[in-house]
Amino acid sequence: MSIDLEKLAEQEYKYGFFTDIEQEIAPKGLGEDTIRLISSKKQEPEWLLEWRLKAYRHWLTMKEPRWAHVSFPPIDYQNISYYAAPKVKVGPKSLDEIDPEIRKTYEKLGIPLDEQMMLAGVAVDAVFDSVSVITTFKEKLAEVGVIFCSISDAVREHPALVKKYLGFVVPQNDNFYAALNSAVFTDGSFVYIPKGVRCPMELSTYFRINAESTGQFERTLIIAEEGSYVSYLEGCTAPKRDENQLHAAVVELIAHKDATIKYSTIQNWYPGNAEGEGGIYNFVTKRGRCVGRNSHISWTQVETGSAITWKYPSCILEGDGSVGEFYSVALTNRRQQADTGTKMIHIGKNTSSTIVSKGISAGHGQNTYRGLVQIGKDASGARNYTQCDSMLIGDKCGAHTFPYIEVKNSTAQMEHEASTSKIGEDQIFYCQQRGLSAENAVSLIVNGFCKEVFKELPFEFAIEAEKLLSISLEGSVG
Amino acid sequence: MLEIRNLHVSIADQEIIKGLNLKVKAGEVHSIMGPNGSGKSTLAQVLAGRASYVVTEGEIIFEGKDLLELAPEERACEGIFMAFQYPVEIPGVANTYLLREALNSIRKYRGLEPLKHVEFARLAKEKMGIMGMADNLLKRSVNEGFSGGEKKKNEIFQMQILEPKLAILDETDSGLDIDALKVVADGVNALRSPERAFVIITHYQRLLDYIVPDFVHVLVDGRILKSGGKELAFELEDRGYGWVEEEARKAVNN
Repeated sequence: MSIDLEKLAEQEYKYGFFTDIEQEIAPKGLGEDTIRLISSKKQEPEWLLEWRLKAYRHWLTMKEPRWAHVSFPPIDYQNISYYAAPKVKVGPKSLDEIDPEIRKTYEKLGIPLDEQMMLAGVAVDAVFDSVSVITTFKEKLAEVGVIFCSISDAVREHPALVKKYLGFVVPQNDNFYAALNSAVFTDGSFVYIPKGVRCPMELSTYFRINAESTGQFERTLIIAEEGSYVSYLEGCTAPKRDENQLHAAVVELIAHKDATIKYSTIQNWYPGNAEGEGGIYNFVTKRGRCVGRNSHISWTQVETGSAITWKYPSCILEGDGSVGEFYSVALTNRRQQADTGTKMIHIGKNTSSTIVSKGISAGHGQNTYRGLVQIGKDASGARNYTQCDSMLIGDKCGAHTFPYIEVKNSTAQMEHEASTSKIGEDQIFYCQQRGLSAENAVSLIVNGFCKEVFKELPFEFAIEAEKLLSISLEGSVG
Repeated sequence: MLEIRNLHVSIADQEIIKGLNLKVKAGEVHSIMGPNGSGKSTLAQVLAGRASYVVTEGEIIFEGKDLLELAPEERACEGIFMAFQYPVEIPGVANTYLLREALNSIRKYRGLEPLKHVEFARLAKEKMGIMGMADNLLKRSVNEGFSGGEKKKNEIFQMQILEPKLAILDETDSGLDIDALKVVADGVNALRSPERAFVIITHYQRLLDYIVPDFVHVLVDGRILKSGGKELAFELEDRGYGWVEEEARKAVNN
């Protein structure tokens, strides 16, 4: 075989640069003082400070979960800075007020913040370390009543909504990382779609970790009122560093009667080098509640970055006839580890869920699918379809599947399909014989493998995802 | 165009080809026939660059270049095409997508601009017509769920699009009914030209009724024991391969 599938080359992480700007960084360490500092920096109301402190006090009683199929040294939570912000006014009113260096950063990342340059009509909220630097198209969205802003702005401008829904899906004491996030969350996006409104453009948030030794704890809250529709996308990158950085986000989605939320993620945090040094620990809680009848929440994720991913975007299907979907591509190359999947909790009648998970392992990557499908005793007529495919490239990597199924109602219909395949040398050779390089052949085959998931992404992002996958696979064949 | 000198090939330390010589000039059609296990498919794989086949001795010169120095995709870009005996399935990759990528990769190697979607679509449609293939085979995943005949037609269809200098057909006739065989043969004949050569590997003379070769070679136990014109194929059909071996043995003894 001329292709040495075992050879691992150091791939170039394209987004590994660092932006040198003046920053305000909180001293390392975590205590009630830290939380008071964050809260005062953000000029938060008293109730939110109390909410944070309650989360913190609970967090102190909790232990890091260790059940995931990942390994990492203990995290020193006192050696992290919990707040980093560019030294500019929070919430600039116009694009001119953004630090030009930050603007350049987003341009380098391919995210133009200039509204004239936004061809596809995508509104962007740009989160840089702990703060949102700009949200575009705010006014245009406001015309139809859509609120799209940073969560900090939402706390100030729409306190009633935030107070009502913050923790509505992921309570403060939900799990170790969610509790930590609830205590120290800094920024993130807030979306509110009023009754009957179809959001006229894609909404997207671009998360960038820049500062050293900081954690990023963003919090996103999306509320879709009756009969509304929104498609939201998040992207993530970080500079190359030798140390591990923690990213512990919480995302909450609430879909009311007949509402639809499509939430897509392209996660490309720095994955660490070939020896497994550096990279982001991506410990994230994402969950949606389909509270209304016939509501619909769809998660699509393309996870190619991070040293470790621990993430289970889930749906709680409360409303009768509600629908939950999870489409996932997770790629682990080099020494990346991913333990990801979903939970579909069927509570209402005639609820249905679909899970399509594609795991790709290359290099020394370890890829785990973990999923729970739970059919409650009153969820008559519930249906689930699960398809869970793993692909291995080389023989030093691993793929693992842990599907949990709990059914308490005898009318439920469950389908589960799973496959594990090694990328075929026959397939690679066939493509090579037609004129493609081994590397292009692998990327073609892998993209084919992921097609069912990519077709769920908004068009421009599907192309982006394919490219990203190819880049992430570089070096997986020699 | 192609010259193979004293080729020895092993797979997993077992020698399969044991000193093979063959010269193919542009415009010629050569047929390689022989019993099972004689090394026919090994020869095809080695020409295409399959790395699990180890060349222990000898050389292969293609258009003045040392073929053994080239990666499989470079050979393809230089103009070598192999129609596979068992075409693989690639789920999720549209037939048309693979082919466009392949064609543009070859064009790039040759310093040509990539074909635009529209141009490619026009080309594909034209060739589909020749092969009598249903339009939906273009959009479907590569060979996935194709019948045996469709897979083989698809190979020849790809060959028509890629227009190689040297086409190697590895038992393309196996598993084809007579109608499919004719379509495949027509597809091949349409491509015959003074600049192009074919090496057709087959068990049976049947295919050669439709694709008339200039030369027929009998491969037995890793060596070409006898070469001749198309009439040799008829003789093999009548008498089998035993007599060729017998003749060769006598020649050695004398």
